[in-house]
Amino acid sequence: MLRFIFGRLAVLIPTFIGVSIIAFSFIRLLPGDPVMLMSGERVMSPERHAQIMTDLGLDRPIYIQYFDYLVNLLHGDFGSSIVTKRAVLDDFLQLFPATVELSLCAIILAVALGVPAGVLAAVKRGTWLDQTLMGTALVGYSMPIFWWGLLLVIFFSGYLGWTPVSGRISLMYFFPQVTGFMLIDSLISGQAGAFKSAVTYLILPTIVLATIPLAVIARQTRSAMLEVLGEDYVRTARSKGLSPFRVIGVHALRNALIPVVTTIGLQVGVLLAGAILTETIFSWPGIGKWMVDSVFKRDYQVVQGGLMLIAAVIMIVNLIVDVLYGFINPRIRH
Amino acid sequence: MAVVDTNSVPPSGTAPPSGLSEFWFYFSRNKGAVIGLVIFVIILVLAVFAPLVTPHSPSIQNRDVLLLPPALSAGGQWTYLLGTDAVGRDILSRLIYGARFSLFIGLVVVTLSVISGVLVGLVAGYFRGRTDTIIMRVMDIILAFPSLLLALVLVAVLGPGLVNAMIAISLVNLPHFVRLTRAAVMSERTKDYVIASRVAGAGTLRLMFLTILPNCLAPLIVQATLAFSAAILDAAALGFLGMGAQPPTPEWGTMLAEAREFIQRAWWVVTFPGLAILITVLAINLMGDGLRDALDPKLKRS
Amino acid sequence: MKKLTTLLAATAIATLMAGSAWSKTLVYCSEASPEGFDPGLYTGGQTFDASSRTVYNRLFEFKHGGTELEPGLAESYTVSDDGTEYTFKLRPGVKFQTTEYFTPTRELNADDVIFSFERQYKADNPWNKYVAGASWEYFSGMGFPELIDSITKVDDLTVKFKLKRAEAPFLANLGMDFASIMSKEYADKLAADGKMELLNQQPLGTGPFTFVAYQTDAAIRYKANPDYWAGKEKIDDLVFAITTDAAIRAQKLKAGECHVMAYPNAADVAELKKDENLTILEQEGLNVSYLAYNTLVAPFDKAEVRKALNMAVNKQAIVDAVFQGAATVAKNPIPPTMWSYNNAVEDDKYDPEAAKKMLEEAGVKDLKMKIWAMPVARPYMLNARRAAELMQADLAAIGVTVEIVSYEWAEYLKLSSAKDRDGAAILGWTGDNGDPDNFLDTLLGCDAVGGNNRAQWCNKEFDDLMTKAKATADVAERTKFYEEAQVIFKKEAPWNTLDHSLVFVPINKKVSGFVMDPLGIHRFNGVDIAE
Repeated sequence: MLRFIFGRLAVLIPTFIGVSIIAFSFIRLLPGDPVMLMSGERVMSPERHAQIMTDLGLDRPIYIQYFDYLVNLLHGDFGSSIVTKRAVLDDFLQLFPATVELSLCAIILAVALGVPAGVLAAVKRGTWLDQTLMGTALVGYSMPIFWWGLLLVIFFSGYLGWTPVSGRISLMYFFPQVTGFMLIDSLISGQAGAFKSAVTYLILPTIVLATIPLAVIARQTRSAMLEVLGEDYVRTARSKGLSPFRVIGVHALRNALIPVVTTIGLQVGVLLAGAILTETIFSWPGIGKWMVDSVFKRDYQVVQGGLMLIAAVIMIVNLIVDVLYGFINPRIRH
Repeated sequence: MAVVDTNSVPPSGTAPPSGLSEFWFYFSRNKGAVIGLVIFVIILVLAVFAPLVTPHSPSIQNRDVLLLPPALSAGGQWTYLLGTDAVGRDILSRLIYGARFSLFIGLVVVTLSVISGVLVGLVAGYFRGRTDTIIMRVMDIILAFPSLLLALVLVAVLGPGLVNAMIAISLVNLPHFVRLTRAAVMSERTKDYVIASRVAGAGTLRLMFLTILPNCLAPLIVQATLAFSAAILDAAALGFLGMGAQPPTPEWGTMLAEAREFIQRAWWVVTFPGLAILITVLAINLMGDGLRDALDPKLKRS
Repeated sequence: MKKLTTLLAATAIATLMAGSAWSKTLVYCSEASPEGFDPGLYTGGQTFDASSRTVYNRLFEFKHGGTELEPGLAESYTVSDDGTEYTFKLRPGVKFQTTEYFTPTRELNADDVIFSFERQYKADNPWNKYVAGASWEYFSGMGFPELIDSITKVDDLTVKFKLKRAEAPFLANLGMDFASIMSKEYADKLAADGKMELLNQQPLGTGPFTFVAYQTDAAIRYKANPDYWAGKEKIDDLVFAITTDAAIRAQKLKAGECHVMAYPNAADVAELKKDENLTILEQEGLNVSYLAYNTLVAPFDKAEVRKALNMAVNKQAIVDAVFQGAATVAKNPIPPTMWSYNNAVEDDKYDPEAAKKMLEEAGVKDLKMKIWAMPVARPYMLNARRAAELMQADLAAIGVTVEIVSYEWAEYLKLSSAKDRDGAAILGWTGDNGDPDNFLDTLLGCDAVGGNNRAQWCNKEFDDLMTKAKATADVAERTKFYEEAQVIFKKEAPWNTLDHSLVFVPINKKVSGFVMDPLGIHRFNGVDIAE
């Protein structure tokens, strides 16, 4: 098992170096230079321009810049924003919990609805229920979620006035950030109504972000279940007269869930891509919105550092999924 | 899709079944797939004949009818069936022209990523060894980024616009085709028929393209369909974020982005472009499911 | 241990906020996150709203709603006869704010003033590079490094600025955000604790509002400074709700979730005006958008040609199509809200026929030209490409073929300055300090050729007026010089002046005392809210 984990880690290192090269090259491929953007319409004198280039280390040969960049990375220094001058890592850590909170809620919702829907569709295969569930799943899978989010806002926030339009919690509540997870922090704060407020702000973004993973998980569960239901041991269990609930719930589902777990793990990248759109629509202060804003502000130091950090998160999560899968299913270790 | 075989019985018996009619048999058994195909053909026809079927020009601004609601709502006019946008352009006409862009984007992206993905995948799967390792490592790197984020940054670097958006989306789609092709090639490579033709003296290129490739086509076609719809979604998302097609192009995502500020006042400018995206993508995905059923021999049995 | 203290401090803040449940709270929906809280480091208006205009004061302040100066932390000043030595008398008894993170032990003195400026230009000052990439954009942009000779303490409440040359706009510059006065005592404490970066995260000044907390990308909280030298504000708490989407800001304002909002969509203004709970304030922004010809390249070196082209363009159509009417056609290079604006100047009349004739008389036939369109939206020009397309159509009507070109923004800024630039460039300017010099000399002076002077236009007569106006402290006299300069400008037409955009601030009717500011800042001192 250890060998398996180390093998995976060994693959990770060159991949991460490759990721750093890509993230690093982006900023260099840009026409013009970032220093020009700092002053906007106001023209900078050539001397001052040269001075700032030197200060930022942009006038050195590119391979030295890259090497320094790598060394800094090893020290946990992901650079500083050109716009805010704050360390990219600080901003990332500040905003990441918001994205994790949203993503976790979304994946929980997706699993909680997706797995039962998939099982039900498989058991009732070919019936109108199966068709309705799978039809809905395909609609969800085809959904442009940025539009879906807008529709929900129009209806629930605009028309019915049930949910707030954007943000994480009502401005009425103010308490210190302890964990960064609004649901937990609001409970810790002990302020009456704070938790409820946090929940109402979370509902629509969670639904929007969960839509595609929900559809994928439902479809995946259904086909995994169908495969398992056809296997001999399930037939045997059935013929032995075990209750259908026991057959499906215990024997079939447990085996069917193995590929489903992998699917869930693979949704991390999908979730982060979805978070870009969801957070933009709901002004959710997470890393997805942060990246989009940085792209628009042309704050390429942040884009560069953010790409690295997000790629690192995805790679680590994938590694964990791989290892977990290795535990569940020893065959793939070799 | 010229063959319309209404046989409800699988072609069997004396004559060996033609591939196409067998395909159609399985495909047409999936009702959803047929519906998807019909919708897709309708959209395709509308897109091709856009100048003939649209009631208005997609770019002419009628200053007298700004934000006119759809015909069926109070205050609507029948000449503007789906209403008008903020500068008085007919939404229906813009949507129909938008279909051109979306289908075009899907087509270009799929062509680009299939051709390059298959080539790279063939090379990796056929030669193995160091070439394979390097290629797969590069694919891992691309996959380490969320696809939309990578596309967004790529477009920001290349400059916002439709062409660059298509390039970026093709690139982030590439690894799927490479991996699929490579896996298929690796499983076919050791099969008897390949060894047989190698022994018979077939050259590398001939082996790669004429012997192995045709036998890996089924999963590729299914993946290509999925990529087609994903490309439409991604391009629309980029347009929505302001990095895809630039206004006043009637691309659906871009239209949505422009419509966002009217979300409170004019539901129709927000609703219809998104609906158009959803219907198109859904139609293609329905077809994709049908294709998978028809092409994937493992699922045919069940 | 560190965790514990944070937690304790946090609980303290929480109790504090809970205790003020009945206080008067004003919520402002701001348009973007502040870049930081040290106004010297940044250029963004949202940053100034959140730092310099709430937490800090300057030696001089702009009058609410105007560009004239009034005493701030400096009670009075004297200037030497040659105009190079300014001596400021500081206001006595000004207290710095007391916050959770710092309790001041002394009042404002000359050391604070010297510290606030020296850190921005003395390379050996430990605060000169206290954050990565600190470049003191405005301090340099206003030419202070070349202007200031020395800043010395005469006594605790007297500071002397020695300049290298006479510069009339100097006082106006001291009212700008970068010239905010920080506490040296607080800075020293941070330096001693090795936490210098906190100066940019937990600001502490003498201003009307005390900083409480910043929730990244979500909200900034302030409370009224009880020790404020001009008296405590009428509101108790001030919250900036950061809402980047203009449509959502408008929705929050209508729902009563905020009381003042920044920058509505032009398209939403009409709708907001219908809401009987809201008042829409409106004013011309301190900006101008222009099309700068390259006056060094034929045939644009001839004033008749430039004038003819100006006459061919229907500027009202641009205002309608690009701004939905939320702008006014510009005739002068400075906006109407600025002192010395010459309203007697007459704009080139839109007359394609006459323009065509003029062009023929100038011997120009089959003219082909490029128009450069910026790739980004700026407050003075929301959509340069659309404006360029309109001009293209207008110019085609008099037989001029226009090709529209564009570059990436950084590239555009650089290339548009080049003396041999091919074509006319769309660009604009937003005023910094309300002084006409900041537009006229900065953008059209001979020194700025190859730089900010995108028309590459150097006119002796015009430039002499600029020099004279700079050396004069008397505003009435300067006004005359600038008015004359605008006449010359119009006669020579190095630009086609396109528009000044309108700025709107929708506020809830419960809010009183909010005044729009031509400099585009949002200030909340003097504002009250009815229960």
